Amino acid sequence: MAAERGVAAEALVGQVVLPGDLLLLPAHYDEDAEGERLRLSAGAAPQGRLLCGPGLRRSGAGLLVTKCGLLRHRPAGGGAYWVDSQQKRYVPVKGDHVIGIVTAKAGDVFRLDVGGSEPASLSYLAFEGATKRNRPNVQVGDLIYGQFVVANKDMEPEMVCIDSSGKSSGMGIIGQDGFLFKVSLGLIRKLLAPKCEIIQELSQLYPFELVLGMNGRIWVKAKTVQQTLIIVNILEACEYMTAEQRKQALAKLSGN
Amino acid sequence: DGELCSACPGDTSVLAGLYGPAEAKLSKELPDRAALEVLLRPKVGLPGVLERSREQLLRQTCEAVLLGALHPRTAVSLVLQVLSDAGSLLSCCLNAACMALLDAGLPLAALFCGVTCALQPDGAILLDPTARQEQEARTTLTFAIASSDRRVLMATTKGSCSVEEMQQCLAAAQRAASTIFQFYRDSVRRRYSKS
Repeated sequence: MAAERGVAAEALVGQVVLPGDLLLLPAHYDEDAEGERLRLSAGAAPQGRLLCGPGLRRSGAGLLVTKCGLLRHRPAGGGAYWVDSQQKRYVPVKGDHVIGIVTAKAGDVFRLDVGGSEPASLSYLAFEGATKRNRPNVQVGDLIYGQFVVANKDMEPEMVCIDSSGKSSGMGIIGQDGFLFKVSLGLIRKLLAPKCEIIQELSQLYPFELVLGMNGRIWVKAKTVQQTLIIVNILEACEYMTAEQRKQALAKLSGN
Repeated sequence: DGELCSACPGDTSVLAGLYGPAEAKLSKELPDRAALEVLLRPKVGLPGVLERSREQLLRQTCEAVLLGALHPRTAVSLVLQVLSDAGSLLSCCLNAACMALLDAGLPLAALFCGVTCALQPDGAILLDPTARQEQEARTTLTFAIASSDRRVLMATTKGSCSVEEMQQCLAAAQRAASTIFQFYRDSVRRRYSKS
């Protein structure tokens, strides 16, 4: 019984792949990968650094799929392949902006629950304008929007609320009121895409404040409690509704 | 986190729930890979020795495909609840476990499926036997077969048979495994076509 050897990666872009599938890359990627060759004419050949994204691992001459999902490809900058999979459990990644809940204060460090396997740590100096004398006013149970500076499988994840230049740029303690709920990671990625239709349609309904965390958490605040709950219900239902159903639901609501 | 219900011919069905990678208790955490725990609950009564031995078989099969090194010091829990048992229970549990791992998005090196073979007293091989056929059979063999090159991950036998008969059953099971892997592919395709 012949076992299935690798299939060319380009043939499967946009299709469902399962763990155990082997993807073969075109030959010119291998050329640049073996050994360090100096190119005499800069920029003539494709820059051969292929990026192997989430859901794929390098194995020999090809890529081994480790998660089920749709295979995506981005040709810019040397090319990148990754698997778009639906998941609910978050795994911390460096640079991701997430919403964390403060669970404990241990000396100079806050422990935050970010939905991963370990609580993340956040130093009290990692806020804009914080000094040893001027401490931020953070209590247990507060919501914090920050990004990961350290997030790998071997170490405890660490968060900060300032970017590399020391400015907060929207991060920090999330204010009072509002509603926090959890959705799947795929929906967050859809909402964070530029010019997302769902957010544009919702903003025509009521004005509201929205914070999206890559760990699947969304915080919403509108003028009244009812408006907040309506927005929460629509966002939760967006996962399973098609665009048509969503437009119908919003039309019904704006009619009322 | 993933949940799945798995049905085999003859109305055997098992509900599988997978939780992880989550925080592990200090006593159970492993420094270099994820600690996998399997709990199998029978339909009636408390879990006994048979359930424990099946849990160990499932755990060893899942650990062979799970890339646990990507999530050290975490715990992955797989809970299986038997909803109805009409034969071929272990292979049904294996299929449910694989689909739960797939659904939860844990990194896997390959997929696996479970196939049960019953050897009749006259030497005929029956795949996915019902409970009655299992009782009448001379030997019942269950194999866990991986999707890469149809390797055998786990084999367990109840009864006795010769080496040639076991090889024949194994070949039949490997052929049947292709149908199951095609079913996995179709159900994943259906799921992703909705979004």
